[in-house]
Amino acid sequence: MAIFNLHINGKEHRVDVADDTPLLWVLRDELALTGTKFGCGIAECGACTVHLDGEAIKSCVYPVSSIKSSKIITIEGLSEKGDHPVQKAWDEVDVPQCGYCQAGQIMTAAALLKRNPKPTVQEIDNTMHGNLCRCGAYHRIREAVISASSKI
Amino acid sequence: MITLNKTSRRDFLKISSITGGGLLLGFSWLTAEAETPVIMNQTNFTGDLGFNSYLSIGTDGTVTIFSPNPELGQNIMTSFPMIVAEELDADWSKVKVVQAPLDTVKFDRQLTGGSGAIPHSWKRLRNAGATARYLLIAAAARRWKVDAAECTTSNGFVVHAKTGNKLGYGELAEEASKMTVPADVPLKNRKDFKIIGTPVRNLENRSIITGKGVFGLDFHRDGMVLAMIQRPPAFGTKIKSVDAAAAKSMPGVIDVITFKNNVAVVGKSTWQIMKARKALKIEYEKDGNIESTTDHNQLFASLLDSDKATVRRKDGDVVTAFKGAAKTIKHEFQCHFVPHNPMEPMNFFAHVRADGVELVGPTQTPASAREATSKLLNIPEDKITVDITRLGGGFGRRLKYDYVLEAAELSSIIKKPVKVIWSREDDMMGGSYRPAVRYRFEAALDTQGNLIGYKLRGVGINLNNSTREDNFPSGAVDNLLIDSVEHISPITTGPWRAPVTNFLAYAEQSFLDEVAFAAGKDPVQFRLGLLQKARTNPAGAIKYNIDRMETVIRQAAEKSGWGTKKGVSQGFSVYFSHQSYVAQVCEVEMNGKVPVVKKIYAVSDCGEVINKSGALQQVMGAIVDGYGHAMYGKLTFKDGKPEQTNFDQYRLIRMKEIPEVEAHFIDNGIDPTGLGEPALPPTGGAVANAIFKATGVRLMNQPFIDEPLFKTMKSF
Repeated sequence: MAIFNLHINGKEHRVDVADDTPLLWVLRDELALTGTKFGCGIAECGACTVHLDGEAIKSCVYPVSSIKSSKIITIEGLSEKGDHPVQKAWDEVDVPQCGYCQAGQIMTAAALLKRNPKPTVQEIDNTMHGNLCRCGAYHRIREAVISASSKI
Repeated sequence: MITLNKTSRRDFLKISSITGGGLLLGFSWLTAEAETPVIMNQTNFTGDLGFNSYLSIGTDGTVTIFSPNPELGQNIMTSFPMIVAEELDADWSKVKVVQAPLDTVKFDRQLTGGSGAIPHSWKRLRNAGATARYLLIAAAARRWKVDAAECTTSNGFVVHAKTGNKLGYGELAEEASKMTVPADVPLKNRKDFKIIGTPVRNLENRSIITGKGVFGLDFHRDGMVLAMIQRPPAFGTKIKSVDAAAAKSMPGVIDVITFKNNVAVVGKSTWQIMKARKALKIEYEKDGNIESTTDHNQLFASLLDSDKATVRRKDGDVVTAFKGAAKTIKHEFQCHFVPHNPMEPMNFFAHVRADGVELVGPTQTPASAREATSKLLNIPEDKITVDITRLGGGFGRRLKYDYVLEAAELSSIIKKPVKVIWSREDDMMGGSYRPAVRYRFEAALDTQGNLIGYKLRGVGINLNNSTREDNFPSGAVDNLLIDSVEHISPITTGPWRAPVTNFLAYAEQSFLDEVAFAAGKDPVQFRLGLLQKARTNPAGAIKYNIDRMETVIRQAAEKSGWGTKKGVSQGFSVYFSHQSYVAQVCEVEMNGKVPVVKKIYAVSDCGEVINKSGALQQVMGAIVDGYGHAMYGKLTFKDGKPEQTNFDQYRLIRMKEIPEVEAHFIDNGIDPTGLGEPALPPTGGAVANAIFKATGVRLMNQPFIDEPLFKTMKSF
């Protein structure tokens, strides 16, 4: 066990965990930030996607010891009022079915649009490829990314 | 926010007291006919007055409705209240929905499965809304001293046009609660629907997109422990010995408990117990047949020729028909087991106390879970509560309650509140699969290409009846024999979205395409011809609606420009399941030698569409699901062990692999007939038939990706 000082959603957090603990479980078990989801544990489904210094990462395989001073943003911290353009587009397009994968989808999309505010459909598809949606809501996920892109 | 815990139970009571001054309307979910609404006020509301559920209208105009059925993405928490709000003429922005806990006294059919929730509750919900509206009008008319017949309602107000009087429902709720409830109330003409049939956004969107913890895995109770369970890795084995010493000494581990064939590692945090579980040393021994996929292939071959099949339907005389046929066609189709793979792995919270049991989590079937828990722990059902969280997908997996029982049993042993968590590997290895099936179809044609004989034999592994003997084309063929054989295996199976039909429809629709081809007929005209035969000269009982099926066929042909397009190959499919009818046309283009699925048209007749947005989700999602699993779905076994255990080996469809989907609905005003599943079964057949048209290759097995046609695009 070791002490880690983490910068998450604009706040400092101090956790005492084993240094190989994936960020996902620090968020969920230690900090009660349960918006970030567990789906596969091997970075294949994307449900656990968060931002590390603005880049989308799979938190289920990212050990807490590697974070150091990097800034983490989770779905809870993406916007203060839940009104990030991607979140708004997700509601307007009415994307969620079961909803379980959507936080990860939103985080991947938000990172994409930060890096590339006007992606082509092919760029969207390639970036979103790492996020599974078992309900098959892909058409609307794509539509919502395009919609958010037009408002950024 | 869903009710999850005791805090929310207090919310339940608070809601009751808020509405004490308002209108609280109990209505029966049991039978639409026997509905006897009961009006209550705070003084006589005790929570147990023989009513079955309620909607309430607070003095602030807020309309609250309890939603009994588990929500797993079928959007029931939005479509149920839409129906109530429609008849009530409510202001949609003031409607609130609360997930109800299990209550078999108040609610009937509190489960999610069979695409049955809306068909079951349609009339009950309408009556509830209409009754409340009637009372609000009566209260307003009395206050204004006018004839109730002169009053109208709109968007949460009662209006009297002549005098210009207007009052909000909240202002009338208390008075309405003292009015006499009418025996029956008129329902709206569907021409006047303002909410039903429109696109309404999911009421839980905001919670979902801001990461609120609404799912079972998110549930937390102070003082609870976490557990992960090691189950036998191979079907047909049991525990021989357990050495838990190393695991027990690892940080954060509270205990290691062996019960039945389970070894549970109990601890404080998920990562700690995941690591400790890997340190378990467990030996297993044989406890039944150890089966591999290769064994199943042989089994299928021999059981297709079995003389012990169960006859499901027999019309006319197939032996004579086949003897006298001008042409016969015979094909076999096979699929693998597939896991459900809901994105939220299995989990459940259980707290077995001296005075009762508390269960919380994602389940499609809370009542069965409680009943089984009661039997397992020998605790009466009325001492067991079940709170239903939002489900991160179900697809049938959470109709089983094995994971609920494990949590309950473990809690009873360790005498602590515990949340049992499954990993993805646990889930994929956990033994609830769509059964592997093989079908043999045979057809006899006369010299004019008429279908005069039809045989279907299904062999299913742990699937009692792998056929749907009364579905089309039964009734359209004079000589018909449908039978089935079951193989009992230690590899456990369960209902998977559109059970049986999820594969049978593909096989049947592919076969009919092949028969049409052999008869030299257009696939659409061939099916219409069979329906005409069923209408004019039926063979045996007809248990589907010929007109509805014919309509979706014609509409799908029209919408897709069937037979008129150049440069694309089209495939047709139509299927009746869960009382609804869906026809699909798939379009394929060639990329060199590889067929590429570009677009799927769907025309669905599910009767009245409640939520246009939710309905489109169901159809588009079901098509992606049906296509994805036809294309990639495969779980194989070696010596009883699943060979694919996570998404790096088990392929699910991803965004760049989806075809365009164009979905249409038949607007016929028939009472709703279900939509969670019906759009899935036709998809595999439409795709396979389009691929046949494009390439001349008939795909006989799923997943398609394993066929030589696709060998250049094997990789993920």
